[in-house]
This record gives sequence, structure tokens and C-alpha cells, in this order.
Amino acid sequence: MNQFLQQLINGISLGSIYALIALGYTMVYGIIKLINFAHGDIYMLGAYVGFIFATKTGMGLVPTLIVSMVFCAILGVVIEMIAYKPLRNATRITALITAIGVSYFLEASTQKIMGTSPRAFPALLPKGLIKLGKVTITYQQVFILTITILLMIALQFIVTKTKIGRAMRAVSTDTDAARLMGIDVNKTISFTFALGSALAGAAGVLVGIYYSSITPLMGLVPGVKAFIAAVFGGIGIIPGAMIGGILIGIIEALVSGYGSSLYKDAVVYVILIIILVVKPAGLLGKNIREKV
Amino acid sequence: MNFKKVIKSALMFGLIASLAACSSSTPSSTATTDGQASTVPDGQETYKIGLHYEMTGAVADYGNAELKGTELAIKQANEAAGYEKYVSVTYDNKSDSTEAVTIATTLASDGVVGVVGPATSGASAASYQILNDAQVIVMSPSATQNNITLSDPNNKDSDVYDYVFRICFEDSYQGAAMAQYAVDSLKATKAVIYGDTASDYSKGLMEAFDTQFKNIGGEIIATEYYTAGDTDFSAVLTNIKGMDFDVLYIAGYYNEAGLIIKQAKEMGIEKVIIGADGFDSESLVELAGADNLNDVYYTTAYTTVDASEALQAFIEAYKAEYNEDPAMFAALAYDATNVLIKGIEEAGSDPAALQAAINAIDFSGVTGDFTFDETHTPIKSVLVVSLVDGVQSGAEFVSPKE
Amino acid sequence: MAKNRFTKTNFLWLLLIIVSYFLINLLINIGIINKVYQTVMLTIGINIILAISLNLIIGITGQFSLGHAGFMSIGAYSTGVIVKQMGGNLSSVFIGMAVGILLSSIVALIVAIPTLRLKGDYLAIATLGFGEIIRIVIQNMKITNGAAGLVLPKLLDWKLVFLFLVISTFIVVAFTNSAPGRACISVREDEIASETMGINTTKYKIMAFVIGAILASIAGTLYASSFYVIKPDNFSFNKSIDILVIVVFGGMGSYTGSFVSALLIGILNTSLQSFADIRTIIYGALLVMIMIFRPQGILGNYEFKFSNLLKRFNKKEARS
Repeated sequence: MNQFLQQLINGISLGSIYALIALGYTMVYGIIKLINFAHGDIYMLGAYVGFIFATKTGMGLVPTLIVSMVFCAILGVVIEMIAYKPLRNATRITALITAIGVSYFLEASTQKIMGTSPRAFPALLPKGLIKLGKVTITYQQVFILTITILLMIALQFIVTKTKIGRAMRAVSTDTDAARLMGIDVNKTISFTFALGSALAGAAGVLVGIYYSSITPLMGLVPGVKAFIAAVFGGIGIIPGAMIGGILIGIIEALVSGYGSSLYKDAVVYVILIIILVVKPAGLLGKNIREKV
Repeated sequence: MNFKKVIKSALMFGLIASLAACSSSTPSSTATTDGQASTVPDGQETYKIGLHYEMTGAVADYGNAELKGTELAIKQANEAAGYEKYVSVTYDNKSDSTEAVTIATTLASDGVVGVVGPATSGASAASYQILNDAQVIVMSPSATQNNITLSDPNNKDSDVYDYVFRICFEDSYQGAAMAQYAVDSLKATKAVIYGDTASDYSKGLMEAFDTQFKNIGGEIIATEYYTAGDTDFSAVLTNIKGMDFDVLYIAGYYNEAGLIIKQAKEMGIEKVIIGADGFDSESLVELAGADNLNDVYYTTAYTTVDASEALQAFIEAYKAEYNEDPAMFAALAYDATNVLIKGIEEAGSDPAALQAAINAIDFSGVTGDFTFDETHTPIKSVLVVSLVDGVQSGAEFVSPKE
Repeated sequence: MAKNRFTKTNFLWLLLIIVSYFLINLLINIGIINKVYQTVMLTIGINIILAISLNLIIGITGQFSLGHAGFMSIGAYSTGVIVKQMGGNLSSVFIGMAVGILLSSIVALIVAIPTLRLKGDYLAIATLGFGEIIRIVIQNMKITNGAAGLVLPKLLDWKLVFLFLVISTFIVVAFTNSAPGRACISVREDEIASETMGINTTKYKIMAFVIGAILASIAGTLYASSFYVIKPDNFSFNKSIDILVIVVFGGMGSYTGSFVSALLIGILNTSLQSFADIRTIIYGALLVMIMIFRPQGILGNYEFKFSNLLKRFNKKEARS
């Protein structure tokens, strides 16, 4: 039982990282229906910016987080303007290819500039353990989960309660109608990218602290997993991304713990396919009947 | 088709064509000029050496470390010669074995005397036949897979590639040596193996360790797996923590091994951790944290404990050049390049003579003294290095018993 | 109506194939196409087969699949394992190809029946999942030698790749122009409308998917017998992406486009070789720029046809 609880905690803390990346993914997808393959790389750059800032200035967590989030927000908007905006009216698959191009570009540039070896991220959080019987939780795990939940709530608030959030939902539902209603579509999309990328930047810094290691290719695996998490929970739905991320984390931990670590990724994909077949819109998604 | 479209597509094709043209018309831009003297004295030979490394892609970290080692060796040889005697031609195989085939073909047609690289076994195996057919010497710094220098690695009796040599241990040799050391010196009887499913290096080590450990009376409690690129190992480590064992054998590279050690120690696993030469990098200390690196042992050919003069000179030169400590990969590549250079100094560029010279070489390098056996694999002794607070503090020779 | 198969255009196609065969042969013999170009040609040829087979699924039928590398790996490994067991000769390559075709069509059916009900990006993610599952299974099998993969002799030269390129092109073009092919196009254009017209959309989607998978498997066989090493990570999700890039770059739904784009990307990749480690940076930037300049791909949905050429030619004749 203790072991099970411990695995559950392992899973939740891994899952909260997936969730953090998935939040940004799901927002961007929700608004322009683009699988933003470069999202994982923005997350990676967030980690690198945090790394450079923290090691050069020696400042603590909060300034590092802010710097990295601001940088990523700007980067996200710039990428959107250069690579995706000209393709607003092209097929979505075309935009997907430019996203892949951006991803190659960012990865290879970082490898060139920062070197290919892993860098050790400075420890910006206190180390320590909380013991509950035989189950241990680290401060960092608690911290990451808390930040993820806070960010999710903030995001949900922005999307459902603010004016810009309403604009985002409108653009997401029907871009043309939104434009007719006087919503500045381009500004709204830029804002979404800024928000999603800032989240990725935050995720990068937190992951850097948690695992103390960053590499130029660190965005690849979590990028794909986070997208799966977003689909899992119902893409475009913010709490869905959270639930999807945490569920995937738990599944991975339990498969490694009780099944075979050899097949942990395969099991995630199998469950993903089952979910898609049974409930294509994801766990929280509504099945929309297609009209003629 | 309207006019605008025509202009646009013409522009695009022009762009691509000009890129293609400017790159193909200046092939000399590839040659990195390392030597100080830029002019070649009359009547002096120059030799082209191909550098065939993973500079981008999944294993770029290993390829780039080796590139640095190789470039240093070439630079030193050119300084010693007083002119640019060795010209390097550098290509990136993108950590991809398909690309490695193209690069190997390009190198063969570039007329290089020898090739150093690639770093990984897959890309190496994809290049061997082409370069061997073209009678170009290949020095593999770190193609560790068992029997990879044979035309069919799964068949021990197949032919050895005449022109292919490697500088590193074979996976099986190292894995078995560690098993021996674990039983003899660490008095271990129960071991847990933790390795990378996606890496042939890891797979070879795991199999060899498993076999030898069982042969000499040990018991393997469990075998667990991760995938290269993973960063969270807590689920498997939680499992391992609940097991009864003496040593944890991590078969993998420092990227993951560093994180595994850190997470294991933080979780309270206080057992001895053992590994292979994939541990050998400054990055291991950075990732795991120096205070977590106690009771850690690994097999290697290269140690800074009681460093020889040659090794000290290498480390100094490397630090002066790149402002960092050399990793094992850099040292292996440095040796590989020097073996090739020594062969050329003795025999010139005639392929057969060069092959014979290298085959008979008795080399003393920074990763040990060695000669080549009949599979062109070095006969080197395995060292087991122990870490105290992340610093190499003891080294002991080990050889596996049959 | 009995079709006349000996039309002028068919004759011209045959002529084009024969002429290009002898032209390549000649260029190789007089040394203009050296070994490097031959290797590049092999890559391009295999990529074309992969691209047109994916184009059939994505461009013609409108089903977004991201698992194409999985089917390629089935062909590659079937061949690899059989060559290992039976020795390296051409007959084992063909047996491997046959086994690959059989296995990949079975797997394609298993994948297609549940997932092809999905639409758009959901389908993409599900096929991505299947592709990765195939890879993980191969990675953990004993007979495939796990992560180390198989080292194989080179058993093919460009002639066989050329032959299969012609055959594959014939298959996709013939299928696209047949009644089921037209049904597939109608599925792409409007699934609900075509269903209303009495077209069994699922059937045609599965048909296109299976044909695409079989051709990918043939490409895998060709790859395994000409590139020395097959490893599970050769067939990761990145490989599927590479194929997708060729298809979209060339123009979705245009086989001519897939030919042109595989050629251009092959040439681009080779000519960027000397840029060493900044090659990927340039490639990424170019990809973005090209897509912005030509969102519909190089050729859009243009298809090269001799009949069009003849028509134009005839018109000119008439005018003069």
C-alpha cells in the first residue's frame, strides 16, 4: 500500500510537469487548431533562459521565472507572427510543417550556441522531505504541483472571466463571426501565443530546478507526451489538459512500478488510442455531432 | 497560373539553387584549417582526414566531445610538423545511420586517407562497408557494440573489415569485468540492473553483466529499463528501493545515469552503484551532485588518478583549447586520431601499407597502452575507478575470469 | 466500353521510363553520377515511394496519418530478419518483401478499422501512437536484435529501386484514377456528402490506408537492403514527420509534387552537407520560408500529364 501511494505521488509529480506543458499546448490548439510542434522547444528555451539568468545574476526563483516567462511570451508572439500568421488562410497541415521547421531551427540553434552537453540547473528551491509514514514527498514535488494548479486556475480565470478571455473563446468558436463582432482576431491570437509560451517558459524553469538538468533536446519527449495529455483530457479544454497530464504521469509510474518498465511508453499510447476510439473528443470533451 | 505565382516560385527555386550552387562550388570551406602555418612547404605531403561525427541530433553530445578530441590531435600534429600536414574534412551525420551512409560515400570520394568517427555503433556499422571497400582506414573511437568490426556482428566467424579499427572496449568485455569486480572486490551477491531500452551500448552491457554475474555465483534480482531522454526515474527507483540487493548496475550514459544516481540517493537508496565508461564525464558530477557520488564505481580505460605525463599533457592542452575538462569520449577520439596519424607517419598514404602499419601498432595513448587483436579491437586492461565526492580516487585493474 | 490501353499517353509514359532508365545508366557508366550521387539517388527513390504512398492517404483520401514510419519498419525488419536467417541474396530480399507486405497489410487493417473513424488531428495522434507502438515492440523483440538493430549486407543497386519506384507510382496513379480512387477523392472533399451518395466511406478509407501501408513496407524492404543498418530509431515518429514534410512541400494530392519535392529535399540535404552542424538550422529556416511562400506546396495539386502536353501541342498546331 505504501509502495502504491509512493508510486501515485511519483506519477502525480511527473504528471504535473506534463500538465504544465499541456496547458500551453491546449490553448494554442484551441484557438487556431494548430499542433504547435515548436511548443516543446519554447519550453526548452525557457529552461535555458532561466539557466543563463540564474547563473549570471544569481537571483532567486521568482525573478528567474518572470524573466523566462517574459522571454518566452515574446518569442511565442514573434514565432507566431513570422511563421504562422502568413498561413492563417492556408491548410492547417501547412502550418504544422512550419511548426516543424521552427522546431528544427530552435533545437539546432540551441545546440550550436549553448553546446550539446547537458547543463546543471542551479538549485533555486530548498531541498527537503516530508515524511508521511513510509511515503516521502519532496518540497519540490509539492511546489511544482502547487504552481501548476495555480497557473491552471489563473488561466481558467483569464479564459472564462476576462474580456480578452471571452475574445479568445469567440475566436476559437468562429473566427469570422468574432471578427464581425469587432474582435481583433490577430491580437487575440497573439495574446494566446504569449500566454501559452509564457506557461511553457515557466514549465522549463520548474523542470530545470526539479531534475537539475537541461539539454537542447529536452523538449522532444515531453512535447509529444504533453500533446497526448492535451488530447487525452479533451483538447482546447484547460482542466482537461491538467487531468490528462496527471493521468499520463500516473499511468507511467504505475506501469513502471507494477508492470514492466520496458513497455511504459507503449501502454500510454495504447490507452490513448482506446480513449480516442471510445471518446474521440477526450475525457472532458463534448462529442459534437457533425452537421451538414 | 497568374503572374504573381510564377514570380514567387521562381524566387523560391532561385533561392534553393543559389544555396546549392554556393555550397557545391566551395567545397574547401569544409576543411577546418587548424594549423598555424597556412602554406604548405614545397615537396611536403599533406593528408586529408575525414571527421565523421554526430554534431546534431540525439547523440550530438558524444559526437561533439569526440570532434574536439580529434581536432586537438590534428592541431598538435600540424604544430609538430610545422605546416598544415593534416587537413580535416568535417561532416555531420545528424545522429542518423542513413545520413552516415551518404557521408561515408562522400568521404570515400573526397579521397581521405582515413576517417575518425562516428561515435555510435549504428552510424559506424552503416559506414564500415563503404569505407572498407574504398580502402579508407576507419578509426572508431567509441563503437563499442560486440563484434561490430565484423561484416556480420551476429556471426563471430564472419570476416573482419580490413580497414576498420576501434579504440574502445567491447561492451561484453566491460560488462563482464564489472560483474567480476562486483563479486570479488565489492563482495556483492545480489544485483539489480537498470539500463536503456533504446541504446545498443546499454543492451550489450546489460547482457554481459547479467551472464558473468550469474556465472560466478551472483544473483540478478531484477532488470529494469528506461528510455534515453527520460528525466524522471522515481517510479522504477521506488520499486528498486523495496528490493533486497547489494549493487545497482546502471548500464548507460552520464546524461541519464547522473539523474538516476541523484534521484536514487535523494530517495534514500544507499546501496553501491556501479556502471561503465558511459559514466565518465564532468556532466555526471554536475547532474548527480558531488555529494551524491560516493560508493560509485565504474569501468573505464581512462583515469586521472596517477595520471601519466602524456595524459596530464593532454588534459592541459584540452583545457587550454576548450576551457573544459575532457570527457572519456574526447580522450578516445584523441587516441583514435593519433593512432591514425602515427600510422600515416610510418607508412604514408598507401592504403595497404597504412593498414599493415596500424594493424601492427603498439600504441601508448591517454586511454591506455594497447595493440589490436584479430578483430581490430584494442587489447586494453579494464580499470575500475571509484568516486569519492565525485572525484576519482582509486583505480584498479580488473579482468573477467572465464 | 473497352478501354484502349495503348493510347498515345501511355506510350509516352513508357518511353519516358525507358529513356530515364538508360539515361541514368549512361550517366553512371561515364562517371557523371558518382557513388555519392548514387547513394543520394537511392535515398530519393525510397523517399519518393514513401511520399507517394503517404500522399495517397493524406493528399488523395484526406486522412491525416502520422504513423507511416511504422509500416516502413515492418517491411525493413521483415526483410532484415529473413536475410539474416536465409543469407544475403536477392531471393531472401523478395521473400522478405512478401512477408513485409503481408504483415503490414494485416497491421494496417488492425490500425485502420478502429482509428479511421477519427477525424483530422485525432487520427494523426492515434496513428502516431500506433507507429510508436510498432517501434517499441520491435525494440523489445529478440529476433530483431532490439535497440542494436540488424547489420545487413547491401543487396540492391539503383535498378531495383527504380523498378519498384515505377511499380509503386503505377499502383498509386492507377488506383487514384480508378473508381475506388475517385471515391477516395470524394471522401476527402466531403465525407458526409459522399456517404449520402451511397459511397461506403470507411471501405475506401481503409483501402487507401492499406495500399499506402503496403507501399511503405516495400520502401522499408528497399531501405533495409541498401542502407546496411536498420535500428528501431530509424523508424521513429521523426521519420514519419520527414515523409510528411516531403508530401506537404510537394503539394498534397500531387504525385508529381512528391517526386519534385523528394528530389529537391534530397539535393538540398546533400548540398548543405558541407555546412556541417549548421545544416539543420538552415534546413529548419528554409522549411518555414518555403511554406510561407508556397503554402500549397511547390506544385499545389498540379499533376503532370502527357495528355495535357499533347493538348497544348495540338492547340498550337491548330493555331499556326
